[in-house]
Amino acid sequence: MKAADDELRVFDRKFKSRLLVGTGKYQNFDETKAAIDASGAEIITVAIRRTNIGQNSDEPNLLEVLSPEQYTILPNTAGCYDAKTAVRTCQLARELLDGHNLVKLEVLGDEKTLYPDVRETLIATRQLCDDGFEVMVYTTDDPIVARELEEMGKVCVMPLAAPIGSGLGIQNRYALRTIIENAKGPIIVDAGVGTASDAAIAMELGCDGVLMNTAIAEAENPVLMASAMKKGIEAGREAYLAGRMPRRAYASASSPLDGRFFS
Amino acid sequence: MSSQITISVNGESRDFAATANIDDIVREIAVRGRYAVEVNGEILPKSHHSNYTLKAGDIVEVVQAIGGG
Repeated sequence: MKAADDELRVFDRKFKSRLLVGTGKYQNFDETKAAIDASGAEIITVAIRRTNIGQNSDEPNLLEVLSPEQYTILPNTAGCYDAKTAVRTCQLARELLDGHNLVKLEVLGDEKTLYPDVRETLIATRQLCDDGFEVMVYTTDDPIVARELEEMGKVCVMPLAAPIGSGLGIQNRYALRTIIENAKGPIIVDAGVGTASDAAIAMELGCDGVLMNTAIAEAENPVLMASAMKKGIEAGREAYLAGRMPRRAYASASSPLDGRFFS
Repeated sequence: MSSQITISVNGESRDFAATANIDDIVREIAVRGRYAVEVNGEILPKSHHSNYTLKAGDIVEVVQAIGGG
């Protein structure tokens, strides 16, 4: 496969970029926009909240800065701790976006770790699939759970690399490999990457994409980090497609031994 | 003088004219850009915003998209 023809497919949607980014934690909309432009991301996550919460009423609305015509908006269910609230949030998001049915489901289990509550996540995924949603779902890196989620319908499984906002990088690459090997659809690593090499490793493992927010927004220079992440994703993807050399225990000389003029 | 009703908008008690509809509320709280509305836990589609007449005690939520990961 030529890298130039390579594209991310999520259900019937096609994307050139395999980097998905969040829009939280930026200083202002100018910084948000500049970082997203530098990242090259086409899919961007947003949160659904009461009006005038977390924003200045004099400022434009986020979707005026990042328009649904230009980006694929991925509304999330951040802050939901049960299936019912998460489903309600998705339904409001669909109404908000004129019937757009792609959502990022996250049902959290614990404030300290922000680990997913897998039981509630499974319940919510089932309900959303039955209600016609396309569900990109944040979950643990458990291959059995990933398989069960994928069997529910239009589901894109998004296992964590490490806790949300931790920047710890990929903690269990063997579990991710197993999830990728078993998968019928795309697998996107969601949460936990800290820097560009983490994103590259995820892609080298064979992930279809990486979703991140804090790693870019909390960098000292978010715009430069967004650019680095774009390159990390592209490098990792090309390395995966290229097929890496086998690992050896000992050296293998790169220059021929024949023709040496010394003994 | 028209009668007033008290409803909850985004968690705050507010008084509106008994004839008020959702569009009136949205205008009152100065919402900018896209929004979605829930009344008493049920989504109220945009097409119903102008013809849904509020009742005393209605719980209205008006939500928007904001930055998030």
